[in-house]
Amino acid sequence: MDLSILLAIQVLYAIASLAPISVGLAIIFGMMRVINLAHGEFLMLGGYAAIVATGQGVSIWIAMLVVAPVVVGLIGVVVERTIIRFLYGRMIDTMLATWGLSLFLVGLTTAVFGNTTVGISAPLGSFQIGAYRTSGYTLFVIVVAAVVMAGIFAVLRFTRLGLIARGTMQNADMAAALGVKPSRVYAITFGVGAALSGLAGGVLAPVSGVFPTIGVAYVAKSFITVIGGGAAMVSGTVSASALFGTINQIATFATTPVFGEVALLAAAIVLIRLLPQGITGRFFRRGL
Amino acid sequence: MNPRALNVFGLAAVGVAGLLFLILTPRLAELDVVLELTIYMIMAILALSLALIWGYGGILCFGQSAFFGLGAYTYAIAMFNLGESTVPFLLAIALPAAFAALLGYFIFYGRISDVYLGVITLTVTLIMFNVINSTAGPEFHIGSARLGGFNGIPGIPPLNLPGNKAAKVELEGMFYLSTALLLATYFGLRLLLASRFGRIIVGIRENERRAELLGYDPRAYKLATFTIGAALAGLAGCLFANWGAFVSPTIFGLAQSAQIIIWVIVGGRGTLIGPIVGCIGIQWLSAALGANAPSGSTGWAALLGNVPLILGIILVAFVLLVPKGLVPTVADWARRLVQWRMPEADGDVEAQPVEEGR
Repeated sequence: MDLSILLAIQVLYAIASLAPISVGLAIIFGMMRVINLAHGEFLMLGGYAAIVATGQGVSIWIAMLVVAPVVVGLIGVVVERTIIRFLYGRMIDTMLATWGLSLFLVGLTTAVFGNTTVGISAPLGSFQIGAYRTSGYTLFVIVVAAVVMAGIFAVLRFTRLGLIARGTMQNADMAAALGVKPSRVYAITFGVGAALSGLAGGVLAPVSGVFPTIGVAYVAKSFITVIGGGAAMVSGTVSASALFGTINQIATFATTPVFGEVALLAAAIVLIRLLPQGITGRFFRRGL
Repeated sequence: MNPRALNVFGLAAVGVAGLLFLILTPRLAELDVVLELTIYMIMAILALSLALIWGYGGILCFGQSAFFGLGAYTYAIAMFNLGESTVPFLLAIALPAAFAALLGYFIFYGRISDVYLGVITLTVTLIMFNVINSTAGPEFHIGSARLGGFNGIPGIPPLNLPGNKAAKVELEGMFYLSTALLLATYFGLRLLLASRFGRIIVGIRENERRAELLGYDPRAYKLATFTIGAALAGLAGCLFANWGAFVSPTIFGLAQSAQIIIWVIVGGRGTLIGPIVGCIGIQWLSAALGANAPSGSTGWAALLGNVPLILGIILVAFVLLVPKGLVPTVADWARRLVQWRMPEADGDVEAQPVEEGR
């Protein structure tokens, strides 16, 4: 019984660490058809932002939940204005240019912070489930993921900003004719997507530590989550995260973390073969 | 000059230059230079493998290093088990090709779009890296070859002449072999691309629907292109394992995959000589930058010696400013210069490859 509660928490945690790292990518890909291969590096920058801010005496909560997304969001806007905006409609080129950007950012952070892992200790101690102990931070990550997903859904569904964003995504020319500046919407969207990656990086920094090449570990996972999810940003990311997170955690539990990852990636390849449009291409079609 | 004569002239020039390079280099250069040039030749074969798949087939494969690594590991493992290099050499080509055929079946017959193809090949590369990286313990072995995990496999025996274990191919022999294989690959691909098959794969790249309506099955042609490319990458991997007598999981890494793509994009998609130029140029640049900044140096030297940083800037700059790559851009300039000097030149302009990936 205790073990199954623990396993349930672990599965939820796996889902919760997959969803926030993927949703920023889903927004950028879904709205702008830009494949951002520097996504993992945005995450890494979020982690560094949180750690540096904590080192400067900022409260760890503010560092993770405010500093990291704001810093990375601003970087995202700069990247959009200097690189991405020349490449709209050239999907493969966005993929290549952002890959170059990712190499550049890895090189830059290696030069600045060195090729070592820096970390901050996770707050919130641990608690007891029967004979097992697990960290309270695990629950915090789950709560953050739930709040983030609910927040994105609410913004897209109920606010004017969300309406404009969805409208521009469906038909940029029509939105422009109605007085919306697509270039501004794109810059903001890219910034928000980057900020979400920064938030995920900040929140995950105490778990895994941060090092310059950490992004590689996340970028493939978040990509296949987005593609596995399909067209609908929120329900797609959630359903794909649930599927892949569960598979990953159960395989990890049965074998080793490495084979957990392999099971996740292999499941993704099979899923894309079966459902080329992703989960929301067939189910929850009317979702958001 | 009409395009056909120009074409023949170009081929002859490459052939003569290649043969001169093959014969003269070991006589004129020091051994360390020859060794360095050998690795350039090996990597140029790898660059050609992606030049075929991506530049002509229009299939952007982010996982070319997976086939490269698979070839290298196959050779190493088979060599430790068999001790005679003919079968390992062939296996190092056949196994990546078979793997690509299987993977390609899933991708092309599933009609997965270009973008997802990139992500899937990336994912496969990461899977391989993770799996091989985690096989450090002595319990992981195939026959008498230990996989070594992140430590890699050292001391791989070199190639020998077929059927004669004692006649090892070493140092200068490797240079002759690699250069000869590079030339063979180049001319083989030129021949392939001039054939009916080559015309069809370029046609599919330009307009898949149209090619299909004309009665060609794009899935089969793409699968064949992908498999041939993987076989070439496996060949390069086999030579690489010979060159350093060492393989480690980093050859599956994303950095390696990125390099191959950068070679092709810098040199130019839709050409064969371009990726070779890009490959040698970038490798030379990386080596020069690295040599300029020994570890521990600071300031500008350290920043310039930071190879990923520089490669990243190069990649972004080429995508934004020179999307066609060096060789097609220079060829465009030359063509314009010729037309400007000879305005009466007839309208017999060679068809230009439409830029792909749009």
